[in-house]
Amino acid sequence: MAEVKLFGSSGSPFSRRIEVALKLKGVEYEFIEEDIYNKKSPLLLKYNPVHKKVPVLLHNGKPICESLVILEYIDETWEGPSILPKDPYERAMARFWVKFLDEKCFPAMWQACWSIGEEQEKAKEEATEFLKILEGTLSGKKFFGGDSIGMVDIGANFIAYWFMLPQELAGFEVLTKEKFPKLNEWKNEYLNCSIIKENPPLKDKLTALFRARFQAVGAAK
Amino acid sequence: MENKDSTVKLVGFWVSPFVQRVRWALKLKGIEYEYIEEDIFNRSHLLSELNPVHQKVPVLVHNGKPLPESFIILEYIDETWKHNPSLPQDPHERATARFWAKFAEEKLFGAAWIGLCSEDDEQEGAVKSSIEALEKIEEKLKGKNFFGGDRIGYVDIINGWISYMLPIWEEVASMKIYDPMKFPAVTSWISNFREHPVIKEEYLPSKDEMIVYFQWRRKVLKGTYPPMFSNLVKKI
Repeated sequence: MAEVKLFGSSGSPFSRRIEVALKLKGVEYEFIEEDIYNKKSPLLLKYNPVHKKVPVLLHNGKPICESLVILEYIDETWEGPSILPKDPYERAMARFWVKFLDEKCFPAMWQACWSIGEEQEKAKEEATEFLKILEGTLSGKKFFGGDSIGMVDIGANFIAYWFMLPQELAGFEVLTKEKFPKLNEWKNEYLNCSIIKENPPLKDKLTALFRARFQAVGAAK
Repeated sequence: MENKDSTVKLVGFWVSPFVQRVRWALKLKGIEYEYIEEDIFNRSHLLSELNPVHQKVPVLVHNGKPLPESFIILEYIDETWKHNPSLPQDPHERATARFWAKFAEEKLFGAAWIGLCSEDDEQEGAVKSSIEALEKIEEKLKGKNFFGGDRIGYVDIINGWISYMLPIWEEVASMKIYDPMKFPAVTSWISNFREHPVIKEEYLPSKDEMIVYFQWRRKVLKGTYPPMFSNLVKKI
């Protein structure tokens, strides 16, 4: 019986964060793919009764929920490259930026993908504003975490992957090289670093997933 | 030789529950600090300098470096001054504490705030969500003095607003979320929290001033929701 299990979904950037973190620490785990759009498993509902969402990490039979909470748990439990900096102030700033990603960047970018008309224009403006702020933090750094990837880089994975695909499918761009030179450089560094390169999400599977979602959303509009 | 300003400053607003958390956290550690009141409706350059991204209180300044966001400040305080830890030592218990703090903030605080700022169907939905969240919190508190067990800690500090501010919101917005008869564990916790020797001695805004303030906020905000909780609104 595997000591570490991850209930996740290959379509979920939040789930993906945990896979990156576990691989970074060299932790072996069993991945359980959940069908989050159609039917969640009884085990998922048992281990995350409050939110009924992925990801859920199961370690020695005890569940941990919410991706950012899980990332901190992984950093505290296993040796290996640090996900958070050691210095309390730097740690606090990393937590600040990953919260900014989740509360500001992600919702605006998601809204920009799935909405139409005026709502979409407003979301695109907001996403651009937030991404500009985020880009500012990359001054003189290869990664948000400095020379190697850390919590903010892992948290920003959706910028690297998920945003590129829906943009291509939906036929518009917010994250352009011209507007965001540093973020684009970061995206390339991130995708090229060994831990990510060795474990890429399946582009075909993601594309199929997004295409299906676009069709479903388009039909509903 | 480094010349750090090792004083601790807290930039706050008299009625902010977020600032209140930091007051409690600093008091529980016995940390002396300089309090700087900022009128958030008439912001000075200070907030733009210290919290350029959100321009909000609280901001903690330590060693000349500013830190915003109450959750983040609380963890920083715990990691910097290691006595009287507010978070548990065990990683799984820490994760549980972080989970419940986030849950209470999003599902109870967020919903109750919408209840304060709305009426009719919107308010009814917000009250229903708040009660559902409070029910989960009630379960969590059963048989315990504080969220972490016998000692006051992180989750208690985060949720402290329930003990003095929620009843004000209920009165101002004519809504009922916390019924002492239905929530005996929460009632017991409120009493434990308010009677804690450190919490008891700490500043709290006066009831009368809070009523006037939140009556005004309700009037201004009715029908609009803070963006942070907009995803909660869609579910109601």
